[in-house]
Amino acid sequence: MTDGKTPEEIAEEKRKAVEEAKQKAAELRKEREAKKAAEANTDGDLEKKKAVAAAKAKAAAIREKKELEQNGAEKETLEPSGEEDLDLAKKKAVAAAKAKAAALRKKKELESNSATELKKESEEPTGEEDLDLAKKKAVAAAKAKAAALKKKKESGEVVYDDKAKAAAAAKAKAAALKKKSEKETGDDEKSKAIAIAKAKAKAKAAAAAKAKGSKPVEPVIEEEKPSSNQPALDRYVQIIRENLGEDLLEDAYINRLSKHVPTLVARKETYLKIAQFLKYNELLAFDYLSETHGTDFETHMEIYNHLYSYQNNQSVALKVKLDRNEPVIDSLTSLWEGANWPEREGYDLLGITFLGHPNLTRIMMPDDWVGHPLRKDYEPYDVEV
Amino acid sequence: MIRTEEMLLNVGPQHPSTHGVFRIVLKIDGEIIKEATPVIGYLHRGTEKIAENLQYTQIIPYTDRMDYLAAMTNNYILCHAVETMMAMEIPERAEYLRVIVMELGRVASHLVWFGTYLLDIGAMSPFLYAFREREAIINLLTEISGGRLTFNYMRVGGVKWDAPEGWIDKVREFVPYMREQLAGYHDLVTGNEIFMARIKGVGAYSKEKALTYSLSGANLRCTGVKWDLRKNESYSIYDRFDFDVPVFHEGDALARYNCRMAEIEEALKIVEQAVEQFPEEGAFMAKVPRIIKPPPGETYVRIESPRGEIGCYIASKGKKEPYRLKFRRPSFYNLQILPELLEGENISNLIAILGGIDIVLGEVDG
Repeated sequence: MTDGKTPEEIAEEKRKAVEEAKQKAAELRKEREAKKAAEANTDGDLEKKKAVAAAKAKAAAIREKKELEQNGAEKETLEPSGEEDLDLAKKKAVAAAKAKAAALRKKKELESNSATELKKESEEPTGEEDLDLAKKKAVAAAKAKAAALKKKKESGEVVYDDKAKAAAAAKAKAAALKKKSEKETGDDEKSKAIAIAKAKAKAKAAAAAKAKGSKPVEPVIEEEKPSSNQPALDRYVQIIRENLGEDLLEDAYINRLSKHVPTLVARKETYLKIAQFLKYNELLAFDYLSETHGTDFETHMEIYNHLYSYQNNQSVALKVKLDRNEPVIDSLTSLWEGANWPEREGYDLLGITFLGHPNLTRIMMPDDWVGHPLRKDYEPYDVEV
Repeated sequence: MIRTEEMLLNVGPQHPSTHGVFRIVLKIDGEIIKEATPVIGYLHRGTEKIAENLQYTQIIPYTDRMDYLAAMTNNYILCHAVETMMAMEIPERAEYLRVIVMELGRVASHLVWFGTYLLDIGAMSPFLYAFREREAIINLLTEISGGRLTFNYMRVGGVKWDAPEGWIDKVREFVPYMREQLAGYHDLVTGNEIFMARIKGVGAYSKEKALTYSLSGANLRCTGVKWDLRKNESYSIYDRFDFDVPVFHEGDALARYNCRMAEIEEALKIVEQAVEQFPEEGAFMAKVPRIIKPPPGETYVRIESPRGEIGCYIASKGKKEPYRLKFRRPSFYNLQILPELLEGENISNLIAILGGIDIVLGEVDG
């Protein structure tokens, strides 16, 4: 193929190729340089940098203007850094955007209103004018805000999450603008009424919360005032005394912490007798055993029973104190079948022996368990430890 | 005549019809149960022991795990006991929220019972319907508390979260829907001949038996005792609502079924009224000290859970932990009557009787 070409042609081709190669190399170099430059730039984003610079310039201009307006010839004591300026600019941009959006919304509203309210239109500013007004207002507001922020900074005050604050403020402003426009377009009374109602509701809620919440939570112990259950307790005690004799009860009182339940404390020897009497006496008729359990009070053991009379709609608590080292007591299973499992639980977890119980074995823990876990001196037994 | 000999049959602890880990040792002669010995404690977690080292607020999650089908009532009993000791005033909005969630919980609990009981005695489809409706309730409760079964929703002095926006409306819409579904259940199950033959007259006991065994809830009301703590020893704001206490007199499994189905309706009534009266504003939590220290002394309070009377005893020494905490768990008391009911019964009635009591093993074992 090369045979058909003249030497000139070949030389020309060579030259072209060399030129091309040179061009390519130059391009590559350029590219490499650009890359290097980009790498040298920590941000790696020229555009961003440019934007930052622009924002800085803008912010500086604004600052200057504001200073002229507000501080007059007052000298700057603190040179605000570029970042702060950027923040300001950003805030301003956000505010402006929000204002713009509000204005647009307003314009739309106005337009839609104008269709229906042709009459009023002549009295109202046109959408165009309104838009301008809103813009101006928003700009002014943003400026004021920025100035205030700046002032704050200059006076050494710590400003927390400026960005969020500014955004919130701008939002509020936009909302206010919107509201204003709504007012202007004739919704005046309605929005007012709503606002008033809202404020009222808020105040009411606050007052209610205050009234409820401010009350200090304190245990109410009004020892002087006799309990409403005192007559009932006196009656029980009297009936027991009349029928069973004196000195059967260790104590009888109203337990104010437990919805004022009349509480009887039996002696160990009279416990079963009193329980029996409470159940079968026609006047008392406590035929329902609501609850029975034991407690280790360290000084003594205690059995607590809650009895209820369906006939009289009355409750009574029957307690008995036991010797902690030898907790033995008569079982109530002869009176109430329902005492069976709770007493087994008492035996299992507290080690209380219930005399006359049909099947006093462990119920929760395994049969080979060592110790009674709910006793305050319980030590877990583990063969491997 | 065929001669049979006595045989020991072990049911459980891993048996689907016991609804948990519950074991019964049966002495059977042919198909007739001679003696039944329940064995419990497989799920005993020592809640009362653990609670002695916890602050009151920290105990609330443990109550969720006792009766896990109606955890809201369990939350409430502990808070109620502490509030009673401290004579605390609860904001109205909190009380309404509590009542609404507790009654929704009651409906959900009865639905689980309805579904699984029917499943136990051989009807598959009611289970699916019941769980569909129950899931709707669970979703409502999840939305307000964040938990599906273990809500940890209530606090001493109020509730943890306010109702989310629109939640009350969802509850309002749920009530008529549930009523409609309930009518469907009655069409499907109640009066069904096979169902009747299966449970009518089974496991019957008298009112006296019920009282001596300390039974409560539907197990007591099925014998004609009109007794509901919401009505008779009104707590929270239950006195503001108009509802009935359904009572049946036969004392058999069918009466218990009817009782619970009627209770769903009554619970819906309460929810409906509570939603109507629900205050639009107000706090959902009272001002409570950072560390809750009830005064020294003891208290015992009881309320009506879906399973009966749930009580809470607290002995306090004025510290931030209870000195002794004791729960009166209705399932634990109700289950005691089982050996007596099973004696002389055909073994095929075991499940119908056990299921009719409606136990939750988390509660039985404490």
